[in-house]
Amino acid sequence: MGGLDNFLFSFFNLKVMATYLPQIAQGLGLTVLLALLIVVSGLALGLLLALLRSLAIRPLNWLIIFTVDLFRALPPLVIIVLLFFGLPAAGLSISGFAATWLSLTLVLAAFAEEIFWAGITAVPKGQWEAARSTGLGFAQTLGHVVLPQALRITIPPLTNRTIAITKGTALASVVGVSEILGAAQSAMSFSANPSPLTLGAIAYLILFIPVVALGRWIETRFAWKR
Amino acid sequence: MENFVFAFLNADIVREAWPILWQGFLYTLALSAITVPLGLAGGVLLALLATSGPRAVRLAAAGWTDLFRAIPPLVLLVFLYAGLPFAGIDTGAWGAVAIGFFLNTGAYYGEVLRAGIESVPRGQMEAARSTGLSRGQALAHVVLPQAVRNVLPDLVSNTLEVVKLTSIASVVALPELLFQARQAQNATYNATPIVAAAVAYFLLLWPLVRVISRLENKALAGR
Repeated sequence: MGGLDNFLFSFFNLKVMATYLPQIAQGLGLTVLLALLIVVSGLALGLLLALLRSLAIRPLNWLIIFTVDLFRALPPLVIIVLLFFGLPAAGLSISGFAATWLSLTLVLAAFAEEIFWAGITAVPKGQWEAARSTGLGFAQTLGHVVLPQALRITIPPLTNRTIAITKGTALASVVGVSEILGAAQSAMSFSANPSPLTLGAIAYLILFIPVVALGRWIETRFAWKR
Repeated sequence: MENFVFAFLNADIVREAWPILWQGFLYTLALSAITVPLGLAGGVLLALLATSGPRAVRLAAAGWTDLFRAIPPLVLLVFLYAGLPFAGIDTGAWGAVAIGFFLNTGAYYGEVLRAGIESVPRGQMEAARSTGLSRGQALAHVVLPQAVRNVLPDLVSNTLEVVKLTSIASVVALPELLFQARQAQNATYNATPIVAAAVAYFLLLWPLVRVISRLENKALAGR
């Protein structure tokens, strides 16, 4: 076998790819499900924390800031491993899927809280005062005046962060979840051929290239005016 | 409560596992000291190609960046470590990590630096050139310093992400902090070593998180 033939046989083996396509497709479904769950729960929790922080209750804010710092400083894989391998020692068993979902939700929430909070503080004080002076309550001012302005400037950093964290779903393979990478790795050991891994990489490209392009578009659309 | 302390905050286990945890910590530092400069080098190269090359080169650089931003770093690492040997290319764990981080974090740094270079007005380059500086000199002394200043928060925050990302090297059995903590956990049937590793990561990176948070707030508020 020549070099090219050998390369094609190893990495683009159509027969192997066809055999394991269903598993990889299933993995793709699992990755999408996990990513959507993380995005929804992470952003919701992050917004909730930012709103709680705007109430300006001192001890609560310290707690929020510490928690946010904690989940920004810890590598996501460390959190996943801690939940998955550590919790059983406390008598709580957790599936790999749940451990990844929970871990990445906390990580995304931490980043999102920071971004939402920065957005809220970037809205000039006069906006608060003007809205309150027209008779709007605190919650009404926040909901109808401040948040709409704050959210607009948070969109580019939030999009990029969300994309980066959803790619972390691949970490779930470490705790035995058959998402794309997990499915591709077990197919690779079964077939003794790395073509499933190529297929997995293609699946990620199909999934994330449009998302990365969207992020790039949003970034120019809401570009910083310097 | 006693059970919790025994399972997660066990001082005896920390003492027992200390030597290998410390070794893992040093490996994590060494990994960061290798991967951050590698990624930066790749990023500067990509950013220069994406902003000042001919049109075809610029498009290729943008495509390359998107490609390696779309593939999760762990997928890339597994491919290099477990896939390439099938083609007779065995890079070993260190090689796989070095190449993978060069490709992945290079793309991220490249994207940040590209935005920085584009934020410097064109007149800066023209003015520098008109004083007799060569293209390279103008880039190095006039454009890049301003570009870096404009995107400093993103650069620092990307560096934090790179250091955190070194934990995926545990998957290819490189004995960094997380890997050693898992080994110690397996040997002692106790989760304390992983908690200890988490504490070590936190103590190492918390100051950086504080700095970034401050830089980011300033950047967003100044828009």
